[in-house]
Amino acid sequence: MTGGARRTLADREGALAWLFMLPSVIYILALVAVPFALAVALAFSDVTVGDPSFDWAGWANFARNFDDPVFWRALGNTFLFTAVSMLLIVVFGKILANILVADFRGKWLIRFLVLLPWTTPVALSAVAWLWLLDSIYSPIDWVLRRIGLIEGNLNWLGEPTLEMVSVIAVHVWRLTPLAAVIVMAGLVAIPREIEEAARMDGAGFWRRMFEVTIPLTLPVIAVAALFGAILTFTDMTVVYVLTRGGATHSSEVLASWAYIRGISGGDVAQGASIALFLFPLLLAAAIAILRAVRRMEVT
Amino acid sequence: MSTVEVRDLVKHYDKVRAVDGVSLRSADGEYLVLLGPSGCGKTTLLRTIAGLEQPTSGQVLIGDQVVNDLPPRARKIAMVFQSYALYPHKTVLANIVFPLKAEGMDKRAREERARWAAGLLGIEHLLDRKPRQLSGGERQRVALARALVRQPRVFLLDEPLSNLDAKLRASARDELKRFQQEIGTTTIYVTHDQTEAMGLGDRIAVLESGTLRQIGRPIEVYDDPADTFVATFIGSPPMNLVPRDGRLVGFRPEHLLPLELGAEDRVTLKLDVDRIEYLSGDRHVYGTATGLGEPTRVIARLPATVLTPIEPGRTYDFSIRGEKLRYFDAATGRRTDPP
Repeated sequence: MTGGARRTLADREGALAWLFMLPSVIYILALVAVPFALAVALAFSDVTVGDPSFDWAGWANFARNFDDPVFWRALGNTFLFTAVSMLLIVVFGKILANILVADFRGKWLIRFLVLLPWTTPVALSAVAWLWLLDSIYSPIDWVLRRIGLIEGNLNWLGEPTLEMVSVIAVHVWRLTPLAAVIVMAGLVAIPREIEEAARMDGAGFWRRMFEVTIPLTLPVIAVAALFGAILTFTDMTVVYVLTRGGATHSSEVLASWAYIRGISGGDVAQGASIALFLFPLLLAAAIAILRAVRRMEVT
Repeated sequence: MSTVEVRDLVKHYDKVRAVDGVSLRSADGEYLVLLGPSGCGKTTLLRTIAGLEQPTSGQVLIGDQVVNDLPPRARKIAMVFQSYALYPHKTVLANIVFPLKAEGMDKRAREERARWAAGLLGIEHLLDRKPRQLSGGERQRVALARALVRQPRVFLLDEPLSNLDAKLRASARDELKRFQQEIGTTTIYVTHDQTEAMGLGDRIAVLESGTLRQIGRPIEVYDDPADTFVATFIGSPPMNLVPRDGRLVGFRPEHLLPLELGAEDRVTLKLDVDRIEYLSGDRHVYGTATGLGEPTRVIARLPATVLTPIEPGRTYDFSIRGEKLRYFDAATGRRTDPP
């Protein structure tokens, strides 16, 4: 490449496109596609930590799951965990988004605080929650005792119902900022004049919210819900750090159960089959939601 | 009674004085146009009347009642926005009934009223459509119907014609005027377009830099501008201003005519013509005027009925009727008496 008139690499847009995309392609292949293919292969094998040789096992792992009461418990918990979390995340996300777009003194502080849970590493924040929810030293208990709502201590992380409440609460706390930011993007995209027209038309706060704002942000809210659902379905960190699934698997979810069986228990194939169980379902749900969103945008 | 009045209205944004002490009052049923260049504060003034902005100081009165502390919905006014701001997810019918729904009117009554409003504007056939399926002109009518349906005391219109193409704009302007005359509701109309202002307004309030420069009937602001801003903002081409002894002598281009057409009471000058434009049958003659004051570039507009041959590069004798001359203070720009 000597003459200035020659085509350089920078002129060859086709080659350049591949060059720039290559790192992310490699990244996705190495960290998503390969592990996924591996997980599918493992789910149909008899690989364990003790015997890594690959032997075809057919649907045996899945059949064993169906006979396992803990699996069913985890499946039920996963649905409960996801449904309740998603609902709360969307509702709180919408409320927080309203606060994020509002104009008031000191809003930067509120915005910072709102986004804090999302930026804190989950392992770190879960440890903080471990203390907040401790059976003896919990400050939440202390407050509740002080205002006279409870007598003794609450076993936040030991009693089956409270375990699920705690897990859901921490998860909602963690994901709400993400939903809030997504919904906020939708709110900001609504032309100001439409909001003002509704005010001039005599609509109060609630009517504006339910008849104007929410319908117009529905596609974005659906995306926030989809993100929330997938991140909840596949999350194991909160459960694992807070309760390890609970003594009687009372707060076990599929992701934590897959980890316990596959990594802690060493039965890699079994763990893979548990982890993969919901994949088709999630895929279908994601496609359905994204299609619905596209339809909404057209109208 | 549905007059609109503002008293010493001031609206500041940080350091910007968007509206800087404006007082004006509309008559009942009047079509009042707020006219000014962009950034003159006309839209802010309108939004403050609407209640979408809180004034920094001063009062807004609707029907002689101070409404400063009332939210927009309690002011019984309707507004048509520049973008029309139709609800994109609602049908035309749902858009029109929305204000009535907010009022709590029952379903049958509000549909009846919506059909009445749609009938007035000739959009009954569009009621089931969504806004995105409508043309610009149709959207504007839906926005008007939505404003009209509540039978407000006052209409506020914020440049409602600016999104229409030029051809449609003329017919929409005509319709707007007839429509307002039919229903007789006090209307405040914001525009930067002087043609719209002259054509629509019973009176025109000319604003600049947040202050009211002049308010008057179209013929008054045109023939008797209060200052050089109004003189040059209104009229196309604008009023000619020739400096003379610390004053500016102003005259409209159509009053500068070849000498032989001049009347008794006339002032003569020489026009050194350098360019002629032929526009809609009129000749716009550009040149330098001498003999009236300091040599100044001026424009003469000769109607199609004036047949005097004129060529660029030559000097001609022109005259102006003395009564058409206007005098302004060169320093302040304000109107002064003839010398």
